Amino acid sequence: MKNFKYLVVGIIFGIIFVKAEIISWFKIQEMFYLDSFYMFGVIGTAVLTGMISVFIIKKFKLKTISGEAITFQDKKFHKGQIIGGLIFGVGWTITGACPGPLAAQIGSGFTVVIITFLCAIAGTWFYGLIKEKLPH
Amino acid sequence: MIEFLRQPWHWSVAGVLIGLIVPVLLLLGNKKLGVSSSLRHFCAMCMPSNISFFKYDWKNEIWNLVFIAGIFIGGFLAANFLQNPNPIEITDSARESFINLGIKDFSLLMPVEIFSWKNLFTPVGLIFFVFGGFLIGFGTRYAGGCTSGHTIMGLSNLQLPSLYASIAFMVGGYLSANYLIPLIFKLLFA
Repeated sequence: MKNFKYLVVGIIFGIIFVKAEIISWFKIQEMFYLDSFYMFGVIGTAVLTGMISVFIIKKFKLKTISGEAITFQDKKFHKGQIIGGLIFGVGWTITGACPGPLAAQIGSGFTVVIITFLCAIAGTWFYGLIKEKLPH
Repeated sequence: MIEFLRQPWHWSVAGVLIGLIVPVLLLLGNKKLGVSSSLRHFCAMCMPSNISFFKYDWKNEIWNLVFIAGIFIGGFLAANFLQNPNPIEITDSARESFINLGIKDFSLLMPVEIFSWKNLFTPVGLIFFVFGGFLIGFGTRYAGGCTSGHTIMGLSNLQLPSLYASIAFMVGGYLSANYLIPLIFKLLFA
């Protein structure tokens, strides 16, 4: 199964989420109380590591393990990044999770978060429904 | 090895490991890190409802659904086999804020007073599960990504729109944690 490798990467990602306590409602509030450097340290280091990696991949024109070219697309600015971003920020703090950590919260035993996850799918569906009417 | 994994991790260790997911996905198959898109693929798969936003071949994106299934399994493995036995470390001032909100139980990663099934059909459940989840799904798709797609992947690729989105996440989170959530607690638990 060609997607098996993504399952493995996902498992590692999930373990990191729990170990780094990114799935913790407490740690998310604490970050936004600006009380602790921990979560900013995690995010900052992750971004820096990602930046260096992407730089190296572009610089040396690295290819995938199957020899495919690695491509990047530029994102276009629209108002949704601000408005949607603010809305997501509120949801993030209420639930203590962004989408990835939601799955890890369920796996780690907070099974009621299945409801949150289903409602997140509903929210995405609702966006699709009214997309044309929203400012972009 | 297991002993090392059980300890709480330093922020730089956790950060580097998360950041490395970016090149790993690129090198494995030219995949861009992003989790919230999986919510869109679920919609396209289960209830496209003739909405143009969900009319695409989601079968090409199965890797993303497999990836999120992995995150779920990883959460299970970490919580059951690699969990740090000590209570979660929170700064004293944050703990005081939580106590002021009415939270008493700090034994797990989440406040069990809120995140349990008994609250499902209560105002607490409506706000913390239904409303919160809805905002995550709506907001991330409107913004075109979440903390992984914009903040980690987008910033790694030096995308200015991702910087704006990330600032918006942070501003929304700041206002919510400091003003909205205390208000919600006041209304729900007064």
